Amino acid sequence: MRKLLIWLPLALFLAFIGLFASGLFQPDDRIIHSRLVGQSLPSFTLPAGASDRPGLSSAQFATGKPRLLNIFASWCVPCAAEAPQLMALKAAGVEIDAIAIRDARPDVDAFLARYGNPYARIGLDARSGVQIALGSSGVPETFVVDGKGRIAYQHIGDIRADDVAMILDRVRKAQ
Amino acid sequence: MIAEAGLAALWLAAALALLQLVLAFAGLKGGKPELLGAVRPAAVAQGALTAVAFALLITLFLRSDMSVLLVATNSHSMKPWLYKFAGTWGNHEGSMLLWVTVMGVAGAAVALFERALRRDTHMATLGAQAAISLGFYAFLLFSSNPFARIDPPPPDGQGLNPLLQDPGLAFHPPTLYLGYVGLSVAFSFAVGALLTRTVDAAFARAMRPWVLAAWVLLTLGITAGSYWAYYELGWGGWWFWDPVENASLMPWLAATALLHSVTVLATRDGLRAWTIMLAVVAFSMSMVGTFLVRSGILTSVHAFAVDPERGSFILALLAIYIGGALALFGWRIGSVREGAPFELVSRETLLVVNNLLLSVILGVVLIGTLYPLMTEAFGHKVSVGAPYFDRIAGPIALALMIALAAGPLTRWRRDRAGAVAKRLLVPAAIGIAASALLAVLAWGRIGVLPFLGLVIAVAVGAASVAPLWKRKLWRTPLFTWGMVIAHLGCAVSVAGMASDSAFTTEKLVAARPGDRIHTAGWTLHFVNIRPIAGDNWTALQADMQVDRGGAPVLMRPQSRFFASPPTTTSEAALLTRWNGQLYVVLGEEVEGGRWQLRIWWKPFVTLIWLGGVMIALGGALALLGRERRGWLLKWRARKAVA
Repeated sequence: MRKLLIWLPLALFLAFIGLFASGLFQPDDRIIHSRLVGQSLPSFTLPAGASDRPGLSSAQFATGKPRLLNIFASWCVPCAAEAPQLMALKAAGVEIDAIAIRDARPDVDAFLARYGNPYARIGLDARSGVQIALGSSGVPETFVVDGKGRIAYQHIGDIRADDVAMILDRVRKAQ
Repeated sequence: MIAEAGLAALWLAAALALLQLVLAFAGLKGGKPELLGAVRPAAVAQGALTAVAFALLITLFLRSDMSVLLVATNSHSMKPWLYKFAGTWGNHEGSMLLWVTVMGVAGAAVALFERALRRDTHMATLGAQAAISLGFYAFLLFSSNPFARIDPPPPDGQGLNPLLQDPGLAFHPPTLYLGYVGLSVAFSFAVGALLTRTVDAAFARAMRPWVLAAWVLLTLGITAGSYWAYYELGWGGWWFWDPVENASLMPWLAATALLHSVTVLATRDGLRAWTIMLAVVAFSMSMVGTFLVRSGILTSVHAFAVDPERGSFILALLAIYIGGALALFGWRIGSVREGAPFELVSRETLLVVNNLLLSVILGVVLIGTLYPLMTEAFGHKVSVGAPYFDRIAGPIALALMIALAAGPLTRWRRDRAGAVAKRLLVPAAIGIAASALLAVLAWGRIGVLPFLGLVIAVAVGAASVAPLWKRKLWRTPLFTWGMVIAHLGCAVSVAGMASDSAFTTEKLVAARPGDRIHTAGWTLHFVNIRPIAGDNWTALQADMQVDRGGAPVLMRPQSRFFASPPTTTSEAALLTRWNGQLYVVLGEEVEGGRWQLRIWWKPFVTLIWLGGVMIALGGALALLGRERRGWLLKWRARKAVA
């Protein structure tokens, strides 16, 4: 017993070395994709996040037509940067709903007045509960939801100008 | 020329380390004992050369010599001199040079001042120290050369991360490193004792002052780092469970355990194998921490230059040194006799409890820090945050506090449980009174853990001064004073932590100049906001007149803009009162000329760092007391001979 105990520290240490080596040589990929891609949206109902738009619930997605679900916040700078791209997608005929994360209605109103409002409905997720259920780890993120209410694609980070064509393509494929 | 001289000094030091290792080996194992006479001079010369190399790098930074790559990428000629000076170690290469300097100088100190150790153990220890240094010299010279030139030199440097441009940088990293790397001495002692089979009380008495010195500096370094993060980062928190903080906490936990077990070994000749194990673990934790931080394998707010080649290099060093020491442990420790036995109710038992609890906390922190790495190896990604550490380590730390109260009041070897309980009666009564008072004042407003923390802090505070009870204070030995002050410091620190988490009030407002804000009994009059300029920054500064009934005091939180590199930092304004700190941060401008202000009132938060300083002071007094006793004994012996 004592013999085994004596060699235990070395054995543990070698296991750690193996762990460190595997961590060191693993590709550095810190982006976390949602596990819900290809599955139905989790069910949720959210109150209105802006004064002039209705709230949002998961039941409103399975309408036979693909929609975008944009996760944003008025306090988020990249969200402001992606606003023109969302306006362009709306102009191309895509319907966009949104969830405002950890936000307040007056702040969302001010944000939309400043950067434009491409959204049909906006839900307010004050404690990030729905965001976590969706498997989203930050703002902004955009989900392509197909006509059956399933998540077809998750875009992490802001939509850049050269992403717009790709997103349109994804929406078309989700028909 | 200066850079080349520095590089030459470093190569020479490395060569001397190799020589030192070969001499010690040949002298002890090769049957050439006459070679041992050169080991100590080699160690001293090696230490001196590292100090020269480090002084030369400081000179390059002070002169803003932009033809040196490290200076060009981490300094700027317009920086105040203090940050040029401190910028020397505010980067990867410079801090690694500090690392080998501390290691070299510590080795030289062991060569010069260690008298109590048996000669062959002493030589083996110096050989081991040289062996570790050699690996870090190789790391520095082959993959992190601080003296590399750049041609053509840029017109000016890229500047230092503004978060580091704070007087804290001048003090915190060197102190921390002295302790962190100073633990290498304990590691070398353990290896030396294993090689020469001299694990006994005399060995422990020789090792103890080195462990104490490193531990005191580590304690000071962590305390300073915590306060620095508290006021510089502007989040109002004092510990974030960040991997880099954990990297400094883990060696501290191991060293604290070692400090107590080495006392058992020195006084009662018990816990032999365990003490050696802790000595190996303490510095191993320093090396593992360095690996975690420098390899970029974990994400941290402390951004160091990350390079997989360097990561592999340090990993190889870890495997060689820690693996080697643990293998030596397994191979040799079987031949170490069991130490002296002790009864269940005895100070030894409580020190074992202390060691076990500290080890459990160490395990909790280690697993929490590495857990993201473990799950990633199996394809999952998680992060471990403060709630895990607080909930798991907090209660164990409180249990540790109770052992801390009982330990000094229990006799060595054998005691009666009833007698110990009797000695703890008064502190327990004080604790019960405190819990009753707290329940009346703050029932329902504070959580369980802060409540227990405050009560236990009060009771342990009372218990920790109890060893002085009925003693003639001026005749009490200095090391007893040291223990009392260090233990009282633990209670003070826990009280500060508990008070901060129980009673802090936070207020976030958007205010216009002219507004008055009321929070936690304070009135803050937001007078105006204006631009000001410093040496290498400009800032927007809010002038706030603050009072709670008496004369108003001016507080000036700033939002600072640095040009090189372009960054904004927020400089919190702190107002310290005897019963707490007011902490004001100036945020962004919101619409309508209003400014975001974040205001905290943190009752007794300063006790956290006061406690830390007391712990270090206690350690320093204990060190001084032991050493002075050694000097006195020697002096008396000499007089007796005369």
